[in-house]
Amino acid sequence: MRNHQGMEVSFAAAEAVRLCNVDVVAAYPITPQTHIVERLSKYVADGKMDAEFVPVESEHSALSLCIGSSAVGARSFTCTSSQGLALMNEIVYLVPALRLPIVMILANRSLSGPLSIWNDHSDVMSVRDTGWIQLFAENGQEVFDHVMIAYKIAENENVLLPVIINMDGFILSHMFEPIELTGQEAVNTYLPSYRPRFILHPDRPVTMGAYTMPTLFTEAKKAQEEALLASYPYILQAWKDWGTLCGRVYHPVETYYTEGAETLFVTMGSIGETAGEAVRLLREQGQKAGLVKLRLWRPFPLEDFLREIGSAQRLIVIDRALSPGGPGGGPVAGEIRAALYNRENRPQVFNFIAGLGGREVTVGSFQEMFVSSVSGKASGYQIFGVRG
Amino acid sequence: METKKKKVFPVRKLDAEEYFAPGHRACEGCGEVLALRLIHKALGPNVIVASATGCMEIISSPFPYTSWEVPWIHVAFENTAAVAGGIEAGLKVLQRKAKREKKKIVVVAMAGDGGTADIGLQALSGAMERGHDFIFICYDNEAYMNTGVQRSSLTPLGASTTTSPAGACQHGQTVWKKNMMAIAAAHYIPYIATVSPSYPMDLVEKVTKAANIKGPAYIHALSVCPPGWGISSSETVKLGRLAVETGVFPLYEIEKGKYRVTVNVEKLKPVEAYLQPQARFRHIQSDLDLIARISYRVQTYWERLKAKAARA
Amino acid sequence: MPKADFEYLWDELEPGCVITEPGNSRSFYTGDWRAFSPVLEKESCIKCGTCWIFCPDMAYQKNEKGYYIADLNYCKGCGICAAECPTGAIHMEKEKEI
Repeated sequence: MRNHQGMEVSFAAAEAVRLCNVDVVAAYPITPQTHIVERLSKYVADGKMDAEFVPVESEHSALSLCIGSSAVGARSFTCTSSQGLALMNEIVYLVPALRLPIVMILANRSLSGPLSIWNDHSDVMSVRDTGWIQLFAENGQEVFDHVMIAYKIAENENVLLPVIINMDGFILSHMFEPIELTGQEAVNTYLPSYRPRFILHPDRPVTMGAYTMPTLFTEAKKAQEEALLASYPYILQAWKDWGTLCGRVYHPVETYYTEGAETLFVTMGSIGETAGEAVRLLREQGQKAGLVKLRLWRPFPLEDFLREIGSAQRLIVIDRALSPGGPGGGPVAGEIRAALYNRENRPQVFNFIAGLGGREVTVGSFQEMFVSSVSGKASGYQIFGVRG
Repeated sequence: METKKKKVFPVRKLDAEEYFAPGHRACEGCGEVLALRLIHKALGPNVIVASATGCMEIISSPFPYTSWEVPWIHVAFENTAAVAGGIEAGLKVLQRKAKREKKKIVVVAMAGDGGTADIGLQALSGAMERGHDFIFICYDNEAYMNTGVQRSSLTPLGASTTTSPAGACQHGQTVWKKNMMAIAAAHYIPYIATVSPSYPMDLVEKVTKAANIKGPAYIHALSVCPPGWGISSSETVKLGRLAVETGVFPLYEIEKGKYRVTVNVEKLKPVEAYLQPQARFRHIQSDLDLIARISYRVQTYWERLKAKAARA
Repeated sequence: MPKADFEYLWDELEPGCVITEPGNSRSFYTGDWRAFSPVLEKESCIKCGTCWIFCPDMAYQKNEKGYYIADLNYCKGCGICAAECPTGAIHMEKEKEI
């Protein structure tokens, strides 16, 4: 018997955090992340969740506090958006360096200025190189599932890295969706207690966060890079195990109508559902369109990506952030071009910067992008829908 | 009297164990590491320490070496109170959920004057306000010594630093030292105290008290810095004593709102006795007006303190 | 004693560069920073331990006869012990030129 319940996606996320038996939640309110932390604090107040909810005075302290609690072995959670992520940026780098399995939900929102509370991916792109495992959810169910999956990956003794779950602000965070909730027993089976390799404890004193000279810093960073790359099979395993448990199977790169496709959209996050609808309609019109969705952003699933794009002639990469002054549009397109560079018969890459600061991207938008790319009108990159 | 009259301390009252190992890289005669050493004698082995970036972090943890005999973490400069808050919250919930054995572990956050009063003030205020059961120790050497003696908000008026230099138009630091004790007191936390390693028994007594009180405690340790202050390395303990004897750094505590002067000084020595030996104040030696202002401020603060203690 | 940092390969580091041996800086000797050495005249020493209390380098250790003796492997020669000794039993002597 499937147990679907209609609920706001933020509440589903909070429910997943509760099911994970998280020990410490530290967060600072910021739109559109607030409903998650409000719900979590209510769970604690009502005795429905045995955790320390710490209402810190800033996002910088939220993540710092999670470092402290994770370092003593407590399962720790935070979530934020936009400016909050920017404020905690310094600390974001330190979590993977300390190899602490903190999970953070990022309700994606544009970075000021001008101030905008609405959705795009400029916040997450600012932490691209911090060393976190970074996942994108496309709908509420995926947000819910990935909280469990994220802890499963993060706390794996072979991984020990933090995970960011990207959830588009408002488009997902405030959406009411049917969610299939997983039972507590099933979650307990899937996600055993965290068994840390090292903890701060007087019984076995360790020093964490020692500093390095130029003679060691390179090795420290190499070790961190290798850890992130080595997490890949454990990410696959965590998805596979979740699939066995719940029947929902996830992949690093998801595909839709890719077979025989000549033109592929490349998306990340909730925009994938809209793009999928556009592709379905294009196929109905006899166009050889398809869709490739990056679920895993870090570590970048290069082999999966190259396999899934097959022999497509052109890629239409949608970026939800701009890289001002850069050589080619958005950060995602830049990476994809780099990934293709050494490949023979590489496809043409078109790049549309779309949906900045909550600007609507519709099925029609994708059809427009398709037409201008296939007709050769589109250049290397363009900001889609900009007036003037 | 032939021999110099100096106090002999009841050495047996101090823990013979060291919780901070030799081989650390502090400068010779470092008053900060001396304070740290004595504070950890009072705290004992059952602690977890979160450290801000700064002198004590750098001198104690150059990979692969550590001077820490107790569990210790460094994350960043401004967030040590938040990290300590996380340690405290984590220990509390893990013990409550029986994921860890019940055990009293004292959570300690440590930072220099910059990591406390400047960049770390927000995180400290938050942690005190939320009531985490922890001790915050400010090792105050009155400037950013680790980066080369730049001024902080705890640099005293008149002191020359590399960013408050003495010059033709400016007599070193142009503003008064921020009153961290009053800021801590404004959070109504249960225990607040000043300590000095020159008064080791007073220090140990206060730190022990801080460790046993539930809720946040704030300890402000004056940490004499020979290179930063421009004194001989052998004068560290003497300078710390002069700071107390002149009233520049009174030793007192505020326990649940009650003030108590713990080291009474019958008659304050003139502040010149403290200022004169230090090169950072050399340029103001002849500025009698400035010295008079400092003296007045010290005297007034001391009298207010005694009055508050008398009311308690 | 840990090996020197430049001898570590990347895959020899513990996750997060955690240091697992507490207080291993003991194997790092700071005594060669010293320009002056403390010299104790035992006749004047009252074994009060003031030198031990005020030593920022944890150099002083009590011997079996109750005297506090500076371990010159660690002593940086700051001279606090000599300055604070209540009986003036310690004085500083310049290190011999090597």
